[in-house]
Amino acid sequence: MEKQKPIIHRKDLRWYEQFYIPQIIAGMKITLTQVFRPKFTRQYPEVKWQPPPSFRGRPVLVEQNGVERCVACGLCSRVCPALAIEVQASETELSKERYPVKFEINMLRCIFCSFCEEVCPEEAIVMSQDFELTFTRQEDGIFGKDKLLTPLDKLKDRLEFLRKMR
Amino acid sequence: MVKITIDGKQYEVENNLTIIQAARESKIHIPHFCWHPKLTVSGNCRVCLVEVEKMPKLVIACSTQVADGMIVHTNSEKVIKAQNAVLEFILINHPLDCPICDEAGECKLQDYAYKYSVGESRFEFDKVRKPKRVELGPNVMLDTERCIMCSRCIRFCDEIAKKPQLTFTQRGDHVELTTFPGECLDNPYSMNVIDLCPVGALTSRDFRFKARVWEMSSTDTICVGCSRGCNIKMWVRNNEILRLTPRMNPQVNDYWMCDYGRLNTFKHVNAANRIKAPMIRKEGKLVEVGWDEAIAKVSSELKAYKKPEIAAIGSAFSSNEDNYLFVKLMGILGVKKLDIMPHIKTGDQDELLIREDKTPNMVGTREVGVKPDSNEFGFSSIMNDIRHGKVRALYVLDDDIAADPNIAEALIKIDFLVVHASNENETVKLADVVLASSSYAEKHGTFTNFQGKVQRNRPAVATLDHDRILDGMELSRLDKFGSHNDRWTQGIKRDTRATWRIVNMLATAIGIRWRYNTCEEVFNEIAAAIPAFKGLSYLKIGTNGALLNLKKKSVTVKD
Repeated sequence: MEKQKPIIHRKDLRWYEQFYIPQIIAGMKITLTQVFRPKFTRQYPEVKWQPPPSFRGRPVLVEQNGVERCVACGLCSRVCPALAIEVQASETELSKERYPVKFEINMLRCIFCSFCEEVCPEEAIVMSQDFELTFTRQEDGIFGKDKLLTPLDKLKDRLEFLRKMR
Repeated sequence: MVKITIDGKQYEVENNLTIIQAARESKIHIPHFCWHPKLTVSGNCRVCLVEVEKMPKLVIACSTQVADGMIVHTNSEKVIKAQNAVLEFILINHPLDCPICDEAGECKLQDYAYKYSVGESRFEFDKVRKPKRVELGPNVMLDTERCIMCSRCIRFCDEIAKKPQLTFTQRGDHVELTTFPGECLDNPYSMNVIDLCPVGALTSRDFRFKARVWEMSSTDTICVGCSRGCNIKMWVRNNEILRLTPRMNPQVNDYWMCDYGRLNTFKHVNAANRIKAPMIRKEGKLVEVGWDEAIAKVSSELKAYKKPEIAAIGSAFSSNEDNYLFVKLMGILGVKKLDIMPHIKTGDQDELLIREDKTPNMVGTREVGVKPDSNEFGFSSIMNDIRHGKVRALYVLDDDIAADPNIAEALIKIDFLVVHASNENETVKLADVVLASSSYAEKHGTFTNFQGKVQRNRPAVATLDHDRILDGMELSRLDKFGSHNDRWTQGIKRDTRATWRIVNMLATAIGIRWRYNTCEEVFNEIAAAIPAFKGLSYLKIGTNGALLNLKKKSVTVKD
């Protein structure tokens, strides 16, 4: 059986609805008031945005007194839902006994969930405010210790935020 | 037999058991640190407290004997309160360094703290500090702070290894585990204390910080360090073996294994001197070639010699299947000079595990037929024939026979030497063709230990032939979820093949039509063809092995 097409009844516009000039004036009024309001666009990338401490940028390792806080316990690697983190431990002479000889985060896998930060028993891995991640080759997406180590001073805001939220 | 009631259910048990043993037989778990089925009872951890009706106080399940009509409660309110208290007490001075502790993940204290404690401590003072990183012996590291004074390690050294080397000193919270003056923990079974230690106080120096336990896969297999064939678990991460631990088998090795086996039987699998692909000697140098070329070369060369000019050396390091197919092929080729080289270290034997015979499969190799028909075809006469130029071609299965300099000297006279080898060795240096064979950790197979027990080994490390998932190999979490882009799935895979498969390929090249697709098919044929193996199958062997049907005492090994 052939399907019947639904019949659409269009209402005719009333006489006052046919005048469109008042509507144009109302629209222009909004536009013109916006012109004189303060701007909130930013000239990125010339002008950078400073995210708040609650922002979850790429995860980094906290560097304190020249060494990472990390003891390579592997909990971040275990909890990571995207399996982005790879840790290889080794022994160090320092009192912490253990340190990561290799610590790699595959930024192609990372989903910025901050589970690693939450699980870390040493406050050694935190989400930074860095959100600019560009690379042109897959291999460059694997961040080693050289890219991950960040001095404690730069991460104070985030660490403070974490303590407050605990 | 006595009737007891545990948690409201009646059980009938032997009357000389303790409550914890009776509960274990009835599949009821009572927490315990210091109790171990193979050690004497010391009753000092107090975590196995249970309530027995008509007894005034809670009693420890590990040292209280069952009696007729006894009514035991393992999870009454009183017991739970006691367990909470004991764990809180043990944790008072236990450092919270699980993040750096190698035991984390397989720690009894961690597990029980989750299961039986309230999760909070009322103790606010500083913990007692004790020395960390104490080298107790060549293989064992002690962290004194983590010790919970269960004394399992002390009892192991006294009772099982029969070498009293460990003791406690001081009292109260100052108790420290230490060796006797002038002693160190160096008995041949010292590393078993690592498995026994319920916490991370005793850890392996070899495995120290190498991996977290949850990152590895573990495969049930056997040790090939001597003819005992201890049952083991092989722990692998990223296609690399990281440690071996004993697996309980009451008929073979109980809960134990020796340090030699634990440390020295796996490192060659990932060693730099592994043979990665088959090789042929071209202009004096061994050159890697493809499998087809190497096999074609061996088959054409073997055809070029007369039958009496060819000799074959099987290997007691190879599995029953490997040797069986080897013998079968040699039988078809008409090679009568067939034997194995014994590896006996006289005097290196004890009453616990270690055996003089350092090969894992001497009994099985003899049983599947690697034995000369008469003395004139024995190993030493083969070597004599080589020296006199009577034997010109030699086929050696996985065995480094040239490690003995006298034999190496004789082998120089050989015109054509084929060797199956997993690692570079002295025999490989002299070989004309090297067939890259899989090590015991990379293949299926069965080994027969000195008791005549046939046990299976399973592949834990993948070769190019393997696909971990399709071949049913054990998987770690990373193996399961990794893609080929991930670096942790890019462990080295070598182009090696199991010896039985190589022999099968060679037979095909020679023109014999064999159809063995799996090692199990070879074993089924052994079971059908050889009376000693009658009725056995991989299913029957299972994880704990099965005995050969030997009428007389197994073949004595001598040369």
